[in-house]
Amino acid sequence: MTIAFPKPDEAVLARRKDIIAGLGRLVPSEALIVSEDERRAFETDGLTAYRQMPLAVVLPSTTEEVSAIMRFCHEHGVKVVPRGAGTSLCGGAIPQEDAIVLGVAKMSQVIDIDFEGRTARVQSGITNLGISQAVAHEGFFYAPDPSSQLACTIAGNIAMNSGGAHCLKYGVTTNNLLGVTMVLLDGTVVEIGGEHLDAPGYDLLGLICGSEGQLGVVTEAVVRILRAAEGARPALMGFSSVEDAGACVAAIIGAGIIPVALEYMDKPAIQICEAFAHAGYPLDVEAMLIVEVEGSDQEIDDMLRRIVAIAEPFKPKTLKVSQSEAESAAIWKGRKSAFGATGRIADYICMDGTIPTGQLPYVLNRIDEIVKSYGLGVANVFHAGDGNLHPLVMFNTNVPGEMEKAEKAGEDILRLCVEVGGCLTGEHGVGIEKRDLMTCQFNKVDLAQQMRVRGVFDPLWLLNPAKVFPLEGRLAA
Amino acid sequence: MTNHLPRDEQDASDIIRDASEKGILLSLSGQGTKAEMGRPNQTDASISSASLTGITLYEPAEMVISAKSGTPVSEVVRTLAEKGQLLPFEPMDYRPLLGTRGEPTIGAVAAMNISGPRRIMAGAARDSLIGVRFVNGRGEVVKSGGRVMKNVTGLDIVKLMAGSWGTLGFLTEVTFKVLPKQERMTTLVLRGLNDAQAIDALSQALGSPFDVTGAAHIPARDRQGASTLIRLEGFSVSVDYRLGELRRLLKRFGGSTDILEGRGAEAVWQSLRDATVLTDGADRAIWRVSTAPTKGPEFTKRVAQALEAQWYYDWGGGLIWISTSGDGDAGASVLRETTQSLGGHATLVRAPAEIRSSVDVFEPQNEAVMTLTKGIKASFDPSGILNPGRMYAGI
Repeated sequence: MTIAFPKPDEAVLARRKDIIAGLGRLVPSEALIVSEDERRAFETDGLTAYRQMPLAVVLPSTTEEVSAIMRFCHEHGVKVVPRGAGTSLCGGAIPQEDAIVLGVAKMSQVIDIDFEGRTARVQSGITNLGISQAVAHEGFFYAPDPSSQLACTIAGNIAMNSGGAHCLKYGVTTNNLLGVTMVLLDGTVVEIGGEHLDAPGYDLLGLICGSEGQLGVVTEAVVRILRAAEGARPALMGFSSVEDAGACVAAIIGAGIIPVALEYMDKPAIQICEAFAHAGYPLDVEAMLIVEVEGSDQEIDDMLRRIVAIAEPFKPKTLKVSQSEAESAAIWKGRKSAFGATGRIADYICMDGTIPTGQLPYVLNRIDEIVKSYGLGVANVFHAGDGNLHPLVMFNTNVPGEMEKAEKAGEDILRLCVEVGGCLTGEHGVGIEKRDLMTCQFNKVDLAQQMRVRGVFDPLWLLNPAKVFPLEGRLAA
Repeated sequence: MTNHLPRDEQDASDIIRDASEKGILLSLSGQGTKAEMGRPNQTDASISSASLTGITLYEPAEMVISAKSGTPVSEVVRTLAEKGQLLPFEPMDYRPLLGTRGEPTIGAVAAMNISGPRRIMAGAARDSLIGVRFVNGRGEVVKSGGRVMKNVTGLDIVKLMAGSWGTLGFLTEVTFKVLPKQERMTTLVLRGLNDAQAIDALSQALGSPFDVTGAAHIPARDRQGASTLIRLEGFSVSVDYRLGELRRLLKRFGGSTDILEGRGAEAVWQSLRDATVLTDGADRAIWRVSTAPTKGPEFTKRVAQALEAQWYYDWGGGLIWISTSGDGDAGASVLRETTQSLGGHATLVRAPAEIRSSVDVFEPQNEAVMTLTKGIKASFDPSGILNPGRMYAGI
């Protein structure tokens, strides 16, 4: 528990009653949550070690309501923490005592689908999977697929610029977003982009994507929808060394093949997942790759044949090409249950740095050393094609001091990612979790430029203000 | 007028810091091949990236390349080709359209977010741009992004730099993710379709599972019949399969079909990329319109009702290149009215300087967006010395 929250503003806390009364005039009573019991459901997100009770929670149903709430908060100097489904792994949606939570989950309608133009306009509280489900009957889908896609909202995906297992081929949120309706802090509603490509002027859409709720609240989004491939099939390859697995990844890409997914698991991860999912993973290997390709049966056969030939020189100990739907499902079930399965045997924190893929063997060995030096264990599952690591640092919350050790180990790992030319976060966001590490990736000038841009939207630091930028050295308006 | 040619990033920083202190207005350029684009502006001096050259990092296995901003695009393309890779977004070469000489630079590709036909499936330049270094209007060296393709650390300043036309900073180094060049490229051509049928066919193709990487339509003109072009790339076996499936899918559109491969096909896509499909005289004005693909035919219909115009479509109908008479307002009022009612935006790519000073070159922005635009400009360049007025008055 080493991350600090700013001291709450006593003056705001003292005005709580008036603030709640003011909000009550803007939304129906069922949209305003004030009781302690009900507020508790919003005190944390996916980073459950940290909790803060919000002043109140508002769950508006329309852009107009969002606008009225924002205008009110702006006028009364009340902080706003925007929230989708609260699945953030970096604490992006954790409230503050002197802030209200503005949740968009009630706004979950599909507004319009244009299959010919390949776009969908949705309210921002719809779940990621909800979009794909709404277009599936025509064979379409929404491409970015974070593991939490069943629950997470497109609003949260936009805030964090979320990725997923298939972004090697399809890109992340920013590559699949065409437009937004966004409410600014003063209540102004702006339309940016639309059903066309490449909005004119500055790329505000690109700026908003990944801005972690600091620039405004997105209430509607226009996203690209894509026609799904005819089929997809994974192959599973086990190697006797980390180096062989890493070299195999490089060789596949070097041969001009971009698999739709290229996932890596190390020995501890394989064992944990196999024990949980019985996916048929090899237990005698040091590293395993799941390579998935898409297309017709004929195309898939051709591509997998090429991949198998490329893997040959690295002497895979196991090489299994899925022969059936059931087998494919089992292979993916193991991978997708990695976080859940790890959670059954230990508490863990999930890191999210990205590294240049050429550094894989070095970084994995160093991670092992770092975690051991704290007397803890680690399992690695990650997107090998793009170098986005997810080391799961395991600890026991009941052993005093272990969580702090895990946090320290996590910090060391992220510093290592930056040292080798990578970054602190590939898809989870900075939130509170990595806020204080920003200075190891950016110097003062870099951060000042970002804060000045932030200041254009929120000069008073009212929007999600405890996040992203270190509390020290913040630029005043 | 002083022409600064900084030797390195520090030099550029010194020049810009000095200019900001003295209020010297600067024009930013690479080799100036696109100097006649955008709003004409009056400045006191210029700063060029022409001496900042060289590829600084290339890791084929990581699919990433970094180059100093003044590096010729041709050098980047050649370096990638040696390892069988390419810039996914297929950047347009504006020289034929603008009648200019010199080498387009990779910095301009980033600064102007220059893309081509493959944008429809691989994204624009901004989607492949993963890192930048630049000097802001204070003379500070700023970095954003990096060399890894998945990175959500902090605000995405990289995106702001893409397409800001040098109004926010002087780029010194850019990093792109790249893709392997595919084994084979082929193009299915449908003959004789009208605009509405063609866009319908292209929508079918793009809405199929067959990974179309180019979708364009050239309407009939003079003695040339209309052609609707659908590009496929990949391993040969896969291209054959998808070609067969697409022909079946598009059978109902009737007419004759051809297959273009090799040099012939490459030349066609290059002319679509560079807008040399529009062969009218150099005195014609050229517009670039982005709209919803299904609105394409209605867009051109409305323009043609009001003006004498020629056009073709790319991006499945979502990108329309329009040539109009270079007189009067070059069709600005008609085009703006049409973008207002149908959605989308239009940029006046080529026109005499008098017209580019008197009409909006870029789509006018609504008040709320303009307020944000002004704020962002000031956050990078408080004294307003970098390419002032190149995009919008006061920016």
